[in-house]
Amino acid sequence: MAAVILEAQGVARAFGGLRAVDGVDFALQAGEIHALIGPNGAGKTTFVSLLSGRIAPDAGAIRLAGQDITRLPAHLRVRRGIAYTFQITSIYPRLTVFDNVALAAQSRGVRDLQAAIAAALARVGMGDLAGQEAATLSYGHQRLLELAMGLALQPRVLILDEPTQGLAAGEIAAFTALVRSLVPETTVLMIEHNMEVVMSLAHRITVLNFGRVLAHGTPEEIRANPAVQAAYLGTGDAAA
Amino acid sequence: MKVWLFHLAVLVALAVLALILPAYHANNLARILMLAVFATGYNLAFGYTGMLSLGHALFFAAGMYGAALPVSLWGLGALPGLALGLLAGGAVAAAVGLLALRTAGVSFMIVTLMFAQAGYLTVIYFNQTTGGDQGIVLSGAGRMLAGLDMTQDGPRLMVALGLYAAGLLAALALVQSRFGRVMLAMRENEERSRMLGYDPFRVKLAVLAISGLYAGVAGAGYALLFGYAGAGFAGVQYSILPMLYSLMGGAGTVLGPLIGAGAMFYLIDIASGLTTAYLMGVGIALVVLVLFAPRGILGWVRERVLPWLP
Repeated sequence: MAAVILEAQGVARAFGGLRAVDGVDFALQAGEIHALIGPNGAGKTTFVSLLSGRIAPDAGAIRLAGQDITRLPAHLRVRRGIAYTFQITSIYPRLTVFDNVALAAQSRGVRDLQAAIAAALARVGMGDLAGQEAATLSYGHQRLLELAMGLALQPRVLILDEPTQGLAAGEIAAFTALVRSLVPETTVLMIEHNMEVVMSLAHRITVLNFGRVLAHGTPEEIRANPAVQAAYLGTGDAAA
Repeated sequence: MKVWLFHLAVLVALAVLALILPAYHANNLARILMLAVFATGYNLAFGYTGMLSLGHALFFAAGMYGAALPVSLWGLGALPGLALGLLAGGAVAAAVGLLALRTAGVSFMIVTLMFAQAGYLTVIYFNQTTGGDQGIVLSGAGRMLAGLDMTQDGPRLMVALGLYAAGLLAALALVQSRFGRVMLAMRENEERSRMLGYDPFRVKLAVLAISGLYAGVAGAGYALLFGYAGAGFAGVQYSILPMLYSLMGGAGTVLGPLIGAGAMFYLIDIASGLTTAYLMGVGIALVVLVLFAPRGILGWVRERVLPWLP
């Protein structure tokens, strides 16, 4: 069994009376691609926001490579190696592609910016777009730019929030191949609704429902799990 | 390289202008240059980093009194006075930032405005020392800056140009640095920047302090060059002027504040010669600007002619 790189223990967060995340235990193995799935409102985005530090938990502990980071602010978690790409594309539209990636690369104190940026852009196949203003890119390219920014951070853990949302079929295939090429150097945690992508990419899957872990295991185990089928896949729900 | 040569050429052109202008306009140029130093610093916070402050009059006044009081009360030299003014502006801006940067947007505008108004009232309250609305006049002895006599037009303009050149080149280096890129990142998308590992509070606090240094040295220079410090310079209009200069010249451009300060100065100068309702002229000019060049004069130039302009 590989070492655990990112771990959550009993984390909880409520908004008003709603327990968005309600005592979740979770362990991310170094070098895996882990998918987080669940119906809308299951608490997936809230949970990864807790991991990345965008919101603070009400209870529980979060550890990165054994070190407690529960109280660490988000920007310092990024410096320690947790990168987060937003569900809704979040780039700097009025800056060039080069500057967008530069901001990620210089954040970890890279000496040779040009080389680091060229490498990150080449990885997502956008090497020839460096001079373009980010706002003028196609939607698919903007998603890739955001991924390139994540890569330029050279994170230990890359958290992707619904990365294939809104992509065309061909773009999804290229994206899947790209994510697969990132491991095992980087560990990937992705929220994903596209079941084809999840089943083909993920080594392990965690299913959230009503803020709690409903099941976790390999894609095969999840597919066969009757509770998951009832709650999420919509089959075996005879009562309804 | 091209960028540096261009800005050096602008400075050379200003120096030539300083030599050939008749006395009245040379004096105007000295005032414009000091206001441009103020606005250049304001623009670092406003145009580049996206902090709309309405409190910069406080930093300007801190620099002005930071220089004028030690010079007039204790006979401090003009050069250390200038240094004190610089530091006073930066320190006050940093202190205000520590509190005001807990807010953003409209709240930040209001909080900075309140700080500045409190500063203005403080200057009035201690009118025994500060002179209040009457202000204090600096004697000729206190205005000898490194052997240059600030009561004379020539040396005064030379010092104003020197201060502006230093401010301009420092701003140019800053906005072209890696930190300059982070400043833009804060303006464009603060949450994304946080998730790239930058602390928005610290970045904005640093920029506000730098902006305060500019305001401080501009205020100190203004007092020493023109021999006067008064509560009027702590009033709200001195918070709004650098914003108008920046908007008119081009927010987020290095030379824009100078162009804005010059344009606005002469607009008021000419309009007030024609009518007592000269502010109407200023208002019309601003409306025209917003309609036809919302990014300001230099912003317009950058969009159409010189895309490489920082």
